[in-house]
Amino acid sequence: MSPAAAPTEPLIEARDLVKHFPITRGIIIQRQVGAVQAVDGVSFEVRRGETLGIVGESGCGKSTTARLVTRLLDPTSGEVHFEGRDITKLRGGDLKALRREMQIIFQDPYSSLNPRKTIGSIVAEPLVIHGIHKDEADRRRRVQELMEIVGLNPEHYNRYAHEFSGGQRQRIGVARALALQPKLIIADEPVSALDVSIQAQIVNLLRRLQREFNLTLVLIAHDLSVIRQMCDRVIVMYLGKVVELAPNASLYGFPRHPYTGALLSAVPVADPASRRARPLLTGDVPSPANPPRACRFHTRCPKAQPICGEEEPRLEDKGNATLAACHFPLTREEADARLPAGLASRPAARG
Amino acid sequence: MSPDPPPPPPPPPPPLLEIDDLRVEFATEDGVVHAVDGVSYRVERGKTLGIVGESGSGKSVGAGTILGLSRAANATISGRILFEGRDLVELPAEEMRHIRGNEISMIFQDPLSSLHPFYRVGRQLSEAIRVHRDVSKAAARTRVVELLELVGVPDPNRRVDEYPHEYSGGMRQRAMIAMALANEPRLLIADEPTTALDVTVQAQILALMERLQRELGMAIILITHDLGVVAEMADEIAVMYAGRIVEIAPTASLFAAPQHPYTWGLLKSIPSLEGEPGEELIPIPGRPPSLINRPSGCHFHPRCAYAQPSHAQIDPALLPVTGAPGHLVACLLGEQARRRDWAALKAGTVPVAAAAGSDEGPA
Repeated sequence: MSPAAAPTEPLIEARDLVKHFPITRGIIIQRQVGAVQAVDGVSFEVRRGETLGIVGESGCGKSTTARLVTRLLDPTSGEVHFEGRDITKLRGGDLKALRREMQIIFQDPYSSLNPRKTIGSIVAEPLVIHGIHKDEADRRRRVQELMEIVGLNPEHYNRYAHEFSGGQRQRIGVARALALQPKLIIADEPVSALDVSIQAQIVNLLRRLQREFNLTLVLIAHDLSVIRQMCDRVIVMYLGKVVELAPNASLYGFPRHPYTGALLSAVPVADPASRRARPLLTGDVPSPANPPRACRFHTRCPKAQPICGEEEPRLEDKGNATLAACHFPLTREEADARLPAGLASRPAARG
Repeated sequence: MSPDPPPPPPPPPPPLLEIDDLRVEFATEDGVVHAVDGVSYRVERGKTLGIVGESGSGKSVGAGTILGLSRAANATISGRILFEGRDLVELPAEEMRHIRGNEISMIFQDPLSSLHPFYRVGRQLSEAIRVHRDVSKAAARTRVVELLELVGVPDPNRRVDEYPHEYSGGMRQRAMIAMALANEPRLLIADEPTTALDVTVQAQILALMERLQRELGMAIILITHDLGVVAEMADEIAVMYAGRIVEIAPTASLFAAPQHPYTWGLLKSIPSLEGEPGEELIPIPGRPPSLINRPSGCHFHPRCAYAQPSHAQIDPALLPVTGAPGHLVACLLGEQARRRDWAALKAGTVPVAAAAGSDEGPA
């Protein structure tokens, strides 16, 4: 993990971001009948040199948040500031210049690489678009250098993506993201499409790049173990809202939001000795087109009280540098009951 | 009067399922695919066998073959699959249909593509009953509502008439489980049943499967790539690589003293939720081999940090591990060497070959 960044101006600041996708009826005359509230009032900052994790289940808005921050989607309301500048309304040349600063690594290394292009031209494309290394030999040297950095053989410059395995394709995606030396890289589920033995190769690669290039990284994942391995701070999202934001040690040592506790307790641990009886959530994640009122988690929350369905809890300081949006945060005992034995404050008797 | 001598204990019943030297090969344009290559295991009544492996390890083909799902024109199947004494390999297709979905059921990874989008969920489930049982439509429907309730679908009386797209991912998998259980099978084959689900829903589905197993007494073959899932669910675990079982053991024994370097690789390449943050993961270099051109000798030797030159020639047999009942491994390293190497790996020493890099070139 990178050392704690100096308390300077954040690289990225998201302020009250909202993204609603309209649901329409009718073919010729379309009228809006509702909205999928994918992201609903999300604020956070990304500090220089840190790795910020965003974790949550499908439909929680984590990928939409990434696309809003990088301007791949325009927010319904709210603002994104990059190095102190409001980038929410950038257009044309300014937006293109901004794209140089932020790159995304996508989940699926099979569909995110053009099968008709060679590896060399895929990695070189950002350089061509932004007119860097205009001299061809120069560009080729840079691309091969990037391939070397991510652990690909530079001699495979002229091969096609289909000749490579999933793990190697993901390395190509990483090389492409690094090509412009961006200030921010967003990795959206970078290992979840890969085989178990290959995942570790990519996690180790990203960790090495973190160290060597002091990257600012936003890592989006549903896997709490991967997030714990890589991130300085973690955001937990549920149905378009941030429910908890905490430094790594606090989140995995003393989760406060009952949803965070539920996520942690649901992870199967590859150690039969730490098999544990755990409180299970009931039901599925509700539809973001029709989310529950007030606290969106109250319909599944084991601690819910009447007020949770009436008044939305604010994201506020609960100690240990943890922000949580909950009227009845987990107590120490409740957190311990949800954590795997190795993380609980008083390790339960094993075996 | 002396009491009658106690009657001799009856001979132990044969296991529910016994697979003996199963081989499945497919002839393709590119060559013969050795999908399953001499696999043997048994499953006892009411127990769970976990089968772990990566894509292309043969774990799904092997399990599908039990139900006759790999009987294609280009397939060659040999060996025996004894289910309650009957050999399913030899069974005619017509009789196989009586077993499939009735005595043995299967659930698949992706519940959306396993349910027909066109028909109501209730109709699809009652079809599964009416194929095997001579019951009226009304009786089948009542049973379907019961089943949906059993697997925890809320408001089953209403939801029985909904279409699959109206169900969430977790509900669809519950519906699939309900369909698989419709005829109270003695064996359930679950192929990556929770891989497509979110982690809180996965926990619910696994708890559901455990409860149903207790209540109905069925045996489960659980196929997965997730060691965490088998650690929680399985009584016994088989690790597959390139079409073979490379290690099989009772769950506690496998995690306490894993024997095969591939199993070590799987264990050390997943980040642990409990481990130190920043703990170095030790990936398995390279990638799983092609099942057409398999490496010579021990199929794992090109990726194994401990391989000796001779391991490229000798094909290891699956042999018992001393002092660990029921624990078998197919590895050419000596037992002492294995103990030493695993202890070093566990302590965090990266084996030399794994540290050397991981570039393996295109296929």
